[in-house]
Amino acid sequence: MSILGTRVVRVEDPRLLTVGGTYAADVDDPRLAGAIHATYVRSTVAHAEIGAVDLDEARAMPGVVDVVAGDEVDLPPIAGVTNEAMRRPYLARDRVRFVGEPVAVVLTERPEQGPDAAEAVVVDYAPLPAVVDPCDALADDTVLFPEVGTNLVGAFGTPPTADAGGPDASDVVVRQRIVNQRLAACPLEVRSSAATWDLGRLVLWCSTQNAHGLQHAVAAAYGLDRSEVLVVTPDVGGGFGAKIGGHPEDILLGWLSRRCGRPVRWVETRSENMVGMVHGRAQVHDVTIGGRPDGTIEAYHLSIVQDAGAYPNMAAFLPRLTRTMAAGTYAIPTVTSDARVAVTTTTPVASYRGAGRPEATAAIERAVDLFAAEVGLDPAEVRRRNLVPRFDEPHRTASGATYDCGDFPAALDRALAAAGYDELRAEQRRRRAQGDRLALGIGLSTYVEVTSGPRAGSEFAEVEVRDTAGGDGVEVVVATGSSPHGQGLETAFAMLVADEMGVPLDAVRVVHGDTDQVARGVGTFGSRSLQLGGSAVRGAAAEVVDRARRLAADLLEAAPDDVVLDTAAGRFHVAGTPAVGRTWADLVAAAAAGDAGDGAALRAEHDFSTTQPTYPFGAHVAVVEVDTESGDVRLVRHVACDDAGRVLNPLLAEGQRHGGIAQGAAQALYEQVAFDADGNPLTTNFADYAVVSAAELPSFELVDLQTPTWVNPLGAKGIGESGTIGSTPAVHNAVCDAVAHLGVRHIDMPTTPERVWRAIRAAE
Amino acid sequence: MEITLSVNGEERTSEVEPRRLLVHHLRDDLGLTGTNVGCDTTSCGACTVLLDGESVKSCTVLAVQADGHDVTTIEGLAATAAGDGDGDGSAGAPLHPMQQAFHAEHGLQCGFCTPGMVMAAVSLLDENPHPTEDEVRVGLEGNLCRCTGYHNIVRAVLAAAGEEVTA
Repeated sequence: MSILGTRVVRVEDPRLLTVGGTYAADVDDPRLAGAIHATYVRSTVAHAEIGAVDLDEARAMPGVVDVVAGDEVDLPPIAGVTNEAMRRPYLARDRVRFVGEPVAVVLTERPEQGPDAAEAVVVDYAPLPAVVDPCDALADDTVLFPEVGTNLVGAFGTPPTADAGGPDASDVVVRQRIVNQRLAACPLEVRSSAATWDLGRLVLWCSTQNAHGLQHAVAAAYGLDRSEVLVVTPDVGGGFGAKIGGHPEDILLGWLSRRCGRPVRWVETRSENMVGMVHGRAQVHDVTIGGRPDGTIEAYHLSIVQDAGAYPNMAAFLPRLTRTMAAGTYAIPTVTSDARVAVTTTTPVASYRGAGRPEATAAIERAVDLFAAEVGLDPAEVRRRNLVPRFDEPHRTASGATYDCGDFPAALDRALAAAGYDELRAEQRRRRAQGDRLALGIGLSTYVEVTSGPRAGSEFAEVEVRDTAGGDGVEVVVATGSSPHGQGLETAFAMLVADEMGVPLDAVRVVHGDTDQVARGVGTFGSRSLQLGGSAVRGAAAEVVDRARRLAADLLEAAPDDVVLDTAAGRFHVAGTPAVGRTWADLVAAAAAGDAGDGAALRAEHDFSTTQPTYPFGAHVAVVEVDTESGDVRLVRHVACDDAGRVLNPLLAEGQRHGGIAQGAAQALYEQVAFDADGNPLTTNFADYAVVSAAELPSFELVDLQTPTWVNPLGAKGIGESGTIGSTPAVHNAVCDAVAHLGVRHIDMPTTPERVWRAIRAAE
Repeated sequence: MEITLSVNGEERTSEVEPRRLLVHHLRDDLGLTGTNVGCDTTSCGACTVLLDGESVKSCTVLAVQADGHDVTTIEGLAATAAGDGDGDGSAGAPLHPMQQAFHAEHGLQCGFCTPGMVMAAVSLLDENPHPTEDEVRVGLEGNLCRCTGYHNIVRAVLAAAGEEVTA
């Protein structure tokens, strides 16, 4: 029986559970002996011209090796995404554009000496007006880059017109501004890295989601060849998109190491992380949805203002994903969108779990509920009426995506059945009739999202069978360009190899995140790793089996086509004569002895590549209780039907869904990065930023649905972000639903007690 | 100041600054990097260890306050269950039942919160051997995890308590 599809517990766990992982701060490498410690001096104002920077006092502090300000750094500033002229220096020069932007760096013998020395750096700021709201920024009253002359990073699409079939032409038209608030990724491990020069090469250890992408970026920044940069990814304590690539603080370490002639280590504090690491979401939506009184949706327009923060990073790209997914799960004849991206004097925005797609789903799912309320129909009924029917052939949407395959009505039906939707509505009516203080809210979402990237992509794997030192078995070493940091890919890839090659799971060793040990790679983000990285592993393993079959055929004096691999025994034999065969160990020995003719080892590389993304989908039902006197909201149930195609390991897939649901629900209920009008951050630690805890969440109710994709040999779609995408609108809709009978139409996220209370009072 | 701690069953004497936090003493002076630092505000619990058998956030205890006391970190937890006495968690000591439960129930992903979460869970069951799901959730409120959504952590703790785990 195949191991595929079974609940294999993780091979990663024993180490993490007994001695803990080796995260960047834990790396104990001889090349880092005698390392000094970097502490960044960060801007305390949101927007200012920098006058004199006095480093003298800091230089005299205990343990200080060096202090560097921005004008000394000769690495070229980082070009802005979409708008290259909006360049980010490694350390601010002339002007600071957000609180937390690095202005200088102190290097000390011991880490605890850093903060004291950093305090002694005196920066003369001449304050400029802050601009915190991206819609305000578009007015260009205050411009962050005078040399560019506008805060507009880019504009895409055009607003709709009624004569072009826009929603305004419909009988029923509903409009709403919806703020998809700024979030912090909050991986439990903050950013951390270390750098040195070893035999003329720059070696960088970094907590990143993609070693090879960072290697490219570092090589470009330093004007080096890729071969002159080694990036090593130790264990990574969560990324959620915010650790894609490297931050300026990471990349500058090599320059500091060269300057000081010593290895340099950097570990930030959580307070630095909350202002210095990229944030996510941060879109303002104006939705217009038009249709008929019978619940048929005819047209939808999504207008987006994306807050890029101070320097255009991935945020400039996020609206593209949002626009692509604007139509969601619905067969709406006319779907249009436009987007403008603006810089503001805040922390830069980039990817966070879902990256552009949760925003699309949140907008249309809220719009559909508002439309349902307007026409007086049940939101489940309106969804049923407008969902794209089951499709096995590619489905082209009005917003320009080509969905691979899906069965949205099945997902909705299963989620509603598991939730007991009719009973929930009955209970809601009962409570409303009684005037119950605890109002019940039921929220739905149906979602579809794009994984592996809008144009998909490639991933690399190499599989090699080796002799075990001293043992009589073999070891299969898998080098993958994927870069797992909690997803359990070592287990997943070992399962694929064990199945394909007929070796025990514990004979497989997965190597990743080291640009010397892995020839090339893309990394782990966008829910791409199983479908692309896993397909590459499977392809490489199949090629190794093919090589082994030919070698076995030589040894068995048979034709290769007649030799089969008995995967249960890990042994090759001629079909029909299983008594005589060759084990993997026999073949490794034969290959080593040169019996393979050209001396080829049992090794193969495989790049799996596709231009067709996959589109996981599903339906969530959230149930909340709202205390109508205090505004307090409690998520009491969450039912999730998530279809990610064929599931390799349900244990891992469920874990991804659980974590995604928690983060998504937390966006609806609790989390928001906030700034005051002067651009001062108000959520700079875990005491102020409401990371959700176990006490606020229920256990989740997962419903199975598997529609294998034709896009890759595993039939797998991405699962890393589905939970987040499906849960936010379900929970958000549930809160709005809970108080709808009190006259409340919409409450923006996060639906904090204060906001809910105010909405109820305002509706009275 | 000179302090002596019993760390995972072993006497460790060190010279520390009075302001040294226990977590930095464990990580930087004693090399026990299994205990992690995740925040600045005693919010996340990644640094949770056992001090005389009870969970504490080691970022909020001075090293000098632990002078003369027993400290158990993730590296020494398995040995407390195996009772092999050397406290180093090595030599093929089996997993502590809580570690085993986290493994079986997939209660960890990136692993960063895990050492602290496991120690907090051990302490929780020590105080309340048969908690309800709600008691587990409230009991672990001070330990943040960004990966698992807590679902499988709660299941793991209930399983370690010998409760039947469904869903």
